[in-house]
Amino acid sequence: METVHAIELRHITKRFGTKVVANDNIDLTIDRGEILSLLGENGSGKTTLMNMLSGIYLPDEGEILAEGKPVSIRSPGDAFAHGIGMIHQHYKLVEVFTAAENIALGLKGKEHERKAVAAQIRTISDKYGFGIDPDKKIYDMSVSEKQTVEIVKVLYRGADILILDEPTAVLTPQETERLFDILRAMRADGKAIVIITHKLHEVMAISDKVAVLRKGKYIGTVNTADTNPQKLTEMMVGHAVSLNIERPQAKYRDLRLEVKGLSCRSGEGIQTLRDVSFQTFGGEILGIAGIAGSGQKELLEAIAGLQKAESGHIFYYPPHPNSDIAGYHVPVDKAGEELVGKTPGQIRKVGVSLAFVPEDRLGMGLVGGMGMVDNMMLKTYKDNPGPFVDRKPPKALAERLIDELEIVTPGVNAPVRRLSGGNVQKVLVGREIASTPTVLMTAYPVRGLDINSSYTIYRLLNEQKMKGVAVLLVGEDLDVLLELCDRILVLCGGQVSGVVDGPSATKEEVGLLMTHVGGGKEGEAHA
Amino acid sequence: MHEQHSPLIRLAKRDAMPRGQVWAIRGASFVAAILISALIFLLMGHSPLEGYGTMLSGALGKPTAVRQTVRIAIPLLGTALAIAPCFKMRFWNIGAEGQITAGAVGASYFALFWADRLPVPVLLVVMALAGAIFGGLWALVPAFFKARWGTNETLFTLMMNYIMIGVVKWLQGGPWEGRPGSQIIPQFDSAAVLPKVLGVHCGWIIVLVMTVAVFIYMKYTKQGYEIAVIGESENTARYAGMSVGKIIMRTMFLSGAMAGLVGFIVASGADNTLHSGVAAGVGFTAITVAWLAQLNPFAMIAISMLLGVLEKGADTLQTRLEVPASISDIITGIFLFCMLGCEFFINYRLIFRGGHKEVAGK
Repeated sequence: METVHAIELRHITKRFGTKVVANDNIDLTIDRGEILSLLGENGSGKTTLMNMLSGIYLPDEGEILAEGKPVSIRSPGDAFAHGIGMIHQHYKLVEVFTAAENIALGLKGKEHERKAVAAQIRTISDKYGFGIDPDKKIYDMSVSEKQTVEIVKVLYRGADILILDEPTAVLTPQETERLFDILRAMRADGKAIVIITHKLHEVMAISDKVAVLRKGKYIGTVNTADTNPQKLTEMMVGHAVSLNIERPQAKYRDLRLEVKGLSCRSGEGIQTLRDVSFQTFGGEILGIAGIAGSGQKELLEAIAGLQKAESGHIFYYPPHPNSDIAGYHVPVDKAGEELVGKTPGQIRKVGVSLAFVPEDRLGMGLVGGMGMVDNMMLKTYKDNPGPFVDRKPPKALAERLIDELEIVTPGVNAPVRRLSGGNVQKVLVGREIASTPTVLMTAYPVRGLDINSSYTIYRLLNEQKMKGVAVLLVGEDLDVLLELCDRILVLCGGQVSGVVDGPSATKEEVGLLMTHVGGGKEGEAHA
Repeated sequence: MHEQHSPLIRLAKRDAMPRGQVWAIRGASFVAAILISALIFLLMGHSPLEGYGTMLSGALGKPTAVRQTVRIAIPLLGTALAIAPCFKMRFWNIGAEGQITAGAVGASYFALFWADRLPVPVLLVVMALAGAIFGGLWALVPAFFKARWGTNETLFTLMMNYIMIGVVKWLQGGPWEGRPGSQIIPQFDSAAVLPKVLGVHCGWIIVLVMTVAVFIYMKYTKQGYEIAVIGESENTARYAGMSVGKIIMRTMFLSGAMAGLVGFIVASGADNTLHSGVAAGVGFTAITVAWLAQLNPFAMIAISMLLGVLEKGADTLQTRLEVPASISDIITGIFLFCMLGCEFFINYRLIFRGGHKEVAGK
């Protein structure tokens, strides 16, 4: 009882509005020389809790103790005064400044002049093995380098309690390993480290202790050595969950889309896709992996007709009318239908559906301020003749989806923005599936979802695959892609880096392909 | 422990409030405006009761007063309706002033030069059409630039106002000048003046029909749906296969056309001539009307009438109690401030230090 903790949280409660209790009476201790994982599903209150340590929110109730003394942290400045530094999920860096300039930004005094800063950055960098160049501009940096700058920034300001919010979300497996090495070095140096995450295998790999939150409540802290992913999941979800993702075999598999030499440029003239060629089949889930911004979004948009192709072709082969009874067949006898140059509406009529979920779920697929009914007719509102919209079919569809997918909503006209992430995703995917697509494209379909909802989405995708739909899935969690997909197409800098078989590929193999075209071995691997 | 360290007042976002409570807050803000304005009356040495009595009787006391109030409300309502689709689309059209003026120019051309050549009903219809087309085309310019090059519509539409007002000034002193040197455009021929119904020019019928039409357009048509989707997210609209640029231009033309129609109503029905102050700030006040009504066309009727009452009442105040014109402006300002300000309390609540233990989560 007499041990003094680096940080101790006592009975912390934080509410948003009157109904949302983000943190409910939470106790937590953080110690030096230790890595603590803060584990919980999205919306369980992890980030809120840490934001109270870093001076972004004030707790409504409870107290924070630093080195055994009660403190009030009212601003990020206060947090630094207590040695607390947080590395947020979204980096807060000035793109046109160098690393050193970003790190010294806002600090006054002679000791923060450029040369002194650079020297000190090199010292920190050597100590923990960051390998950072203080004079490099941020816009020249990769995502992992930017993250490194953020970490060095808080260290430079004297933080010895580091909080990292989902630090691995945007990193490749190799970069993640490097980050973990750095974290271990800092632990050895006596720093207290908290990593916020919902990835179980990372928790197991890096942390000494795991604190679990569920729906804003503190469930408990366990030693990592005494637990396993199954037990942690139960703590996180509240009941036993099967962690296996099925990969059923479809009865038939026929060529559906053939992309040949596709190149695209962004509005600013930057090449986003370079000579991309691959095939995708009905009855197959084709995963698309790559570092964020490698052309995944552009590829899906190009197929859906939302991006202009600079060159290349996209051929569509309709399903064979007898495909239900056929085995394997690739209709090479007939010419495919060229999709390049068609409008999104024409492509949709062919049967290509884009259930694209961008970085913020409500940004593109759904209209947050509208109810389910109005969202159902987003792509079909023009189908009836006359100047007026017909809300009867979309209303019937909304009611059917609520029933079939167990969507929890106050009503068909309640704005979808008010629904929880899982329900929003069900609305979106449900609508796309209801249009009986022959190609279903989806990106990050489980981002921000709890485990149960994620598995519902996987099940829906598998159902579509079994019906002979060609499913294209852009994902970020390699473990899931490897378990769910039949094949995985890896993009790197807008190019096809390789295609691997889902059942036999390894994470390391995919990780290498993500950073080097061709993965530095085996050469080109076009399917 | 940390109590004494926490700030004195904090803000917290509210959950959706029950309807009744929302209206209670709005009512309270109205009462607050009445009380604050009462202080102004007291400072000026008048009893507040006398002041409000004068305002009410001046605005609504006699049939002629009511007619004048309605005349103020007509262009406000029409223009608020005109900008509603743009605002729903999050296209910040603050150029209604110029679009009204453009419409008035179009209508005036036919009133001045075609009055003797066309039969009366045809003349009025042609004037209305010309007003709508002029207003629409004037609004189309910033929409085109926005759709094509992504220019900022707020600045663009604002600047367009001054250009159009300048054009009218030039017409006043140049080609359309009546008596040389007068800087005034002559009065319209009586054929070009909107007939009166129930003592007020029939513009009130036009704007009431517009109210219903805009309501139906926004709520039940495909185009209205497209506008709502774009307002929420242009990306979503594109994803759904809508051609955003085309819709922006179409909506702005429609908006400008309605504002242009208001210009025709004002020039023909109220002013019987064209002058550079034809819009008289209505294009800006209508923004307040549209927001206070939360873009609901029927609520706009009530709000524009309320503003009509305030303005007419304030006028009467000036003449009868001989208060300076600025006092009536202050009172109008206080009412608008309170009514707009209360929306803040509908969305946020204040938490005072120490006073936030009310609802412990159970």
